Parts: sequence; C-alpha cells; structure tokens
Amino acid sequence: MGSPGELTRQYYQQGIDEIIFMDVVASLYGRNNILSVVEDAARDVFVPMTVGGGIRSIDDIVAVLRSGADKVAINTEAIKRPQFLRVASETFGGQCIVLSIEAKRRDGEGWEAFTDNGRERTGVDVLDWVREAEDLGVGEIQVTSVDQEGTRKGFDLELVKQVRDRVTVPVVACGGAGKPDHLSELFTATDVDAVGCASLFHYDICPIPELKKVLANGGQAVRL
Amino acid sequence: MITVIDYGRGNIFSIGQALKHLGAEYEICSDAARIADAECLILPGVGAFGDTMSELHQRKLVEPIRSRAQGGVPLLGICVGMQLLASEGEEFGKHQGLGLVPGQVNRLPAGDSLAKPVRVPNVGWRRVTFHPRGGDQTIISKGDAMVYFVHSFALDPDDPDDVLASIEINGQKVTAAVQRDNVVGYQFHPENSGEVGLDLIWQFLKTFRQIQ
Repeated sequence: MGSPGELTRQYYQQGIDEIIFMDVVASLYGRNNILSVVEDAARDVFVPMTVGGGIRSIDDIVAVLRSGADKVAINTEAIKRPQFLRVASETFGGQCIVLSIEAKRRDGEGWEAFTDNGRERTGVDVLDWVREAEDLGVGEIQVTSVDQEGTRKGFDLELVKQVRDRVTVPVVACGGAGKPDHLSELFTATDVDAVGCASLFHYDICPIPELKKVLANGGQAVRL
Repeated sequence: MITVIDYGRGNIFSIGQALKHLGAEYEICSDAARIADAECLILPGVGAFGDTMSELHQRKLVEPIRSRAQGGVPLLGICVGMQLLASEGEEFGKHQGLGLVPGQVNRLPAGDSLAKPVRVPNVGWRRVTFHPRGGDQTIISKGDAMVYFVHSFALDPDDPDDVLASIEINGQKVTAAVQRDNVVGYQFHPENSGEVGLDLIWQFLKTFRQIQ
C-alpha cells in the first residue's frame, strides 16, 4: 500500500481536502509512534491534518501539533476523563480538538460508544456524549460506525443524522464507504459536513479526482 | 529573513513548513528585541482574540510588532493573527487590538432563518473573491480561490478600501483578507490551503521583495 507518508503526499497531489491519521491501536498498546509518521507527511502536505490515537495529555497534544498536525482526535481519554476535553479546548482552542467516536448500534435503540477500535464497551450513549462534548468545547466531531467500518456497504445514515441533529459543530462521518454512490447517498440523506474514507483510496476503488467529480455532478459543493 | 512570531498560540510548524517549501529563509522567534529588528513579520494565530492578545502583551511583543509595522516592515497576520491587526475585538468581552487596520472584529452572521445556513464556526473550504486594486505594493490576486477557514469572528475594516478579499456567509459579505499598505491579513489558513494557499504566501513575500 505504501508508507503513510508516501500515501499522504500522493493523496495531497490528487486533491484531498484533509488528512486524518489514526493510530487505532495506540491506546491498546500504550504507544505513541505516530509522531514520526506525521512529521514525514507534514513536510510536503499543505492541507489540514488531524491526528488521533493514544492522546492522553496536554503534552501529547503539544507533541502532535509540533510534528505538523493541525488538530487532534481524542476518544479513549475523553471517555475516561471528559474534563480533558475542556482543558484541551481551552488550551488550544476548540478548533483544534476533535472528538472521535466509535459508535456501535445497541440491540434496542441508539448507539453505544466504544474504544480501542471497537473492542471495548464504555456504556456511554453516543447521542448524550456528543452533546456533552460540545458543551466541553470540542470544535468538531468525527463519528465512525463500528458496524459499518470495513464492510464497504455504506454509512450508518441514521447514526450520522442523529449526531448531526444533536450538535452545531461540524460532523465528519466515517465507516462504510465502498463506492462513490455511498457518499452521494450520505450527503443527500444527511446534513453532514464532511466524510472520511480509507478503503476507497487505500485499495484504489475510486481515485480522489473521480470521486469529487461524481459528487460535483450530483450537485455537492466540492473543491475541484 | 522572515520572522514568524511564536507566542504560544500558533500552528507555527505548518507555517514554517510552507515557508521552507517556498524556499524562503525564516526564523521562529518570541524574542521582543529581535522582533523589533525584523525585516518581515508573520503573525500566526489559533485561538480567541482576547487570549491571544494577552499572550502578546505578556511576552511584551505588542509594541515591537506595532512599531515595526508602522515603520513600514511587511506584516502578514493569519487567522486570529489577522484579527489582532484590528483596533478592537469583541470575542469574550471587548479587547484592544494592534490597531494597524482600523476596524472591529465581529462575530460571523448567523443564518438561523436560512434553509441551509453556514454553521459558525465556519470550518472548511470556501470560495473567496479577491478584489483587484491598483498600486505596485498590492497583493496580486487571481480572482477567485478555494481556501481553508476555521473561524467564528472576522475583521470588519472601517475603510472599505482595506478589504482585499471577501467571502459570503449567510447572505452577508465577510472579510477574508485585508491589506493596508505593508500590513496584510489572511483570515483563512494559507498554509492549509494547498497550492493556492502556498501561492498566496508567495505573493505576499514577492510583493514586499522577501523572496526571489
């Protein structure tokens, strides 16, 4: 697939609007090895970069920003210590702090927040959590459907819609994109602000310029 | 030599990378004496008006920046760095700015009554319109450009001639860039706006002969 740095530069050249780096097992193994990856990518990439995975302290955020990130995504530590979001937002400004959520459908109604790449339950209700996080000052919410992630079967539209309705900060939807139509569907069915894709690009299912063309033809505002 | 002012509130790393990429010589500096001697200043900024202004005060940087800019040294303010150029800001109470571009910093217009309002903070890629102007020290523009914004406030200059570019938010014109002689401000993040953004940094440097 290529190194993260090479891929990032390639996507930048193709016109990506933003980069999200997630070290999805960082919390699990308690490591912070993403800094060198970010630093390598930041040298030639001039679009916003969000970095997440294993962010536990203000010092971690400083280190990530110093490596070239513009925003940090926080999941596990925020669930453990919601006040961390407030301190982080007050220190760096809300625009810098992204709440990352791994949402899994409950048997009955609603969604539960998970951590560690969908492995650990938290008992936290996703829709309550996004409200609270916005009050704590986060500037953006990135919501990944654990059920859809990696399936390439489309987004959890209901989840995105409900999260979008609960907050005013920008919402980024992740998890499930397998073809350009899934994105058109997402933007038609919801009022979501942006979308994050991995498989679509990593496995060359749809190159970025082509994807943007599909969306533009469907009447979406995209940067061409 | 370009001096990027480090006062603990900027994404100075990204700006440094952009300058390096353009082949510009730069230093990252928080020393008042060196700033008072700078040949070209970049004032980055991420955060709230009052807080960033008080950071500048605490580091005793307000006077050096002001006197350098008034002495004709080119100054580029980015995001909150542009808002600080104003006389006054109203984010979390009224605060005095650097007063280099007379005007107020106001909250972005809300669009509650609109079917599809732009949410505040305004985050994302937006199309700006540059307004062509005369004079040999004017940042040359390419007309329209897509650039990346993250802000809840914007500078509203007293003199409409200071407006270099604008965007439309919820039916109202909002200042996206200002220029008053040697003092320039970009509300968007040129360091995060791809090749277009790099070009806008380059044009600032080129206009004031800070790069070959």
